[in-house]
Amino acid sequence: MNTAQTLETQVSELRQIAKEIRRKSLEIIHRAGSGHPGGSLSAADIMTALYFGVMRYDPKNPKDPNRDRFVMSKGHATGVFYSILSRAGYFADEDLVSYRRVDSKLNLSGHPHPKTPGVEIATGSLGQGLSVAHGIALAARLDKSDYKVYVLMGDGELQEGQVWEAAMSASKFNSNNLVAIVDFNKVAQDNITKDLKDIEPLEDKWRSFGWDVQRIDGHDMEQVYKALTLPLDETKPRVIIADTIKGKGVSFMEGKTSWHGVAPSDEDYEKALKELA
Amino acid sequence: MKDGATRDGYGACLEELGANPKIVVLDAGVSDSTRSKKFGDKYPDRFFNMGISEGDMVCTAAGLATTGKVAFATGFACFLLGRTMDQTLVSVAYSNTNVKLVGTHSGLAVGEDGPTAQMIVDLAYTRAIPNMTVIQPADYEEAVQATKALVDHFGPVYMRLGRPKVKGIYDSSYKFQIGKGNVVKQGEKVVIFATGGMVQESLEAMKLLEGDNINPTLVNISTIKPIDSELIIEQARNNGAVVTAEDHNIIGGLGDAVLEVLCDNDISVPIRRIGVRDTFAETGSLKELYFKYGLSAQHIENTVKSLLK
Repeated sequence: MNTAQTLETQVSELRQIAKEIRRKSLEIIHRAGSGHPGGSLSAADIMTALYFGVMRYDPKNPKDPNRDRFVMSKGHATGVFYSILSRAGYFADEDLVSYRRVDSKLNLSGHPHPKTPGVEIATGSLGQGLSVAHGIALAARLDKSDYKVYVLMGDGELQEGQVWEAAMSASKFNSNNLVAIVDFNKVAQDNITKDLKDIEPLEDKWRSFGWDVQRIDGHDMEQVYKALTLPLDETKPRVIIADTIKGKGVSFMEGKTSWHGVAPSDEDYEKALKELA
Repeated sequence: MKDGATRDGYGACLEELGANPKIVVLDAGVSDSTRSKKFGDKYPDRFFNMGISEGDMVCTAAGLATTGKVAFATGFACFLLGRTMDQTLVSVAYSNTNVKLVGTHSGLAVGEDGPTAQMIVDLAYTRAIPNMTVIQPADYEEAVQATKALVDHFGPVYMRLGRPKVKGIYDSSYKFQIGKGNVVKQGEKVVIFATGGMVQESLEAMKLLEGDNINPTLVNISTIKPIDSELIIEQARNNGAVVTAEDHNIIGGLGDAVLEVLCDNDISVPIRRIGVRDTFAETGSLKELYFKYGLSAQHIENTVKSLLK
């Protein structure tokens, strides 16, 4: 196979996995009876590309010091995060039954906690993940390790001031092993992000904070994969602004605030699965 | 016995231990005052001055800690904790990361900078956080030893330090242990449980009391959490009356921690709590503020006497 064919095969495999991840995310949220479907579906393609095409990790040795790190800063998207971790081999599919249940052995809480294999840090309060990821990136440099640190943020999350404190820090320290991804799905909890408090012009903002900026369609797997595998800048941290659709893949969820934090009914779940067949 | 501020003990100890590659130190743009600069000058690769952004600093420290570092996040107590309640809860305490929050310039002791700089709610706040250990050394030597102990202790800690020079209480024969109180002077009839600079203030009070032949016991509670319940129970029983003394609001700090121990163990003795009486103070020197807000040696003296009437 030549390079073009290899890329095409890789991307088409990732597309298939992303579809299954969307189904799994809805399955576990539906079973739990609560959760955040909209932001899980918008992040599904990015997360799939990261874990099944880009990142270096060994689920049998989750604390491997040389692993690439991932920080789920939009911590409410555990629907997609746990589905990904389970598929990646950090724990079994049947463990997902304890998602959002008391006595969950792996602590598959509504928001992530490091007791769960594959989770680096607790998140759930927006705005902290970029700083945490940057701390890990600084440690990599101290330890002369070549691992990279990825962090996924929501667009609403960028309204938190701490994100911009961290953005200044990462550029101050020339942390070029740090990759931030913005799941720019345009929709927050009670309003669309633009009306809540507009974060645009977003590329200009990140650039002026000293970051290397890429902007992509976050549902075009080829673009996602290419952006995540693009060689890093020599001195700057990178941000990938991924334009996405909240609830992507399920027509009645797409672009709706109402599907931010509500589990689908049995009927809606069946309808959604048909669309994701 | 060395006179000096507890922040000086912290800075000197960090510098001394700095060769340990696991130690990283962060500051929020006040490293000259917090004394973390001493480490920074010697080990620039492992010193991160994050600028005036405490939330970012605390979470960056947490990130570093996830890789096996012992991360000291240093700042003025008022901002270090005041601005990072959420970061401290989620990225440090709930995540159980090996972050040592070190807040200097605590209490009314900071003086003339006034109430925005006088952190008087940090003990209440940090004590209420699960997984958090809370420490306040009383003098330079104890600050040195406590800093050393933090390096070997895994888990989130808040260490509360002061700005002013304190007269030395301990020499190098003293052995600080996390979770253990220390009987500075064994006396009778009243026990004073004091923390931080109030240990020295209590020693001053005891000198005043000597003239009236009153010899209370003085116990330094340098670990506020987990508190040394055994020692508190024993001393409360043996002395029969209790005074607590802290440069902190009267709600939620050492006084309440002692009350909790006594209450939970059905120990009923007369108790007086010395602390800031649930008010913001004002500008002024330490001496003036301690006098006006009821923290001075004279107040401790009078409080002890009132229990013996």
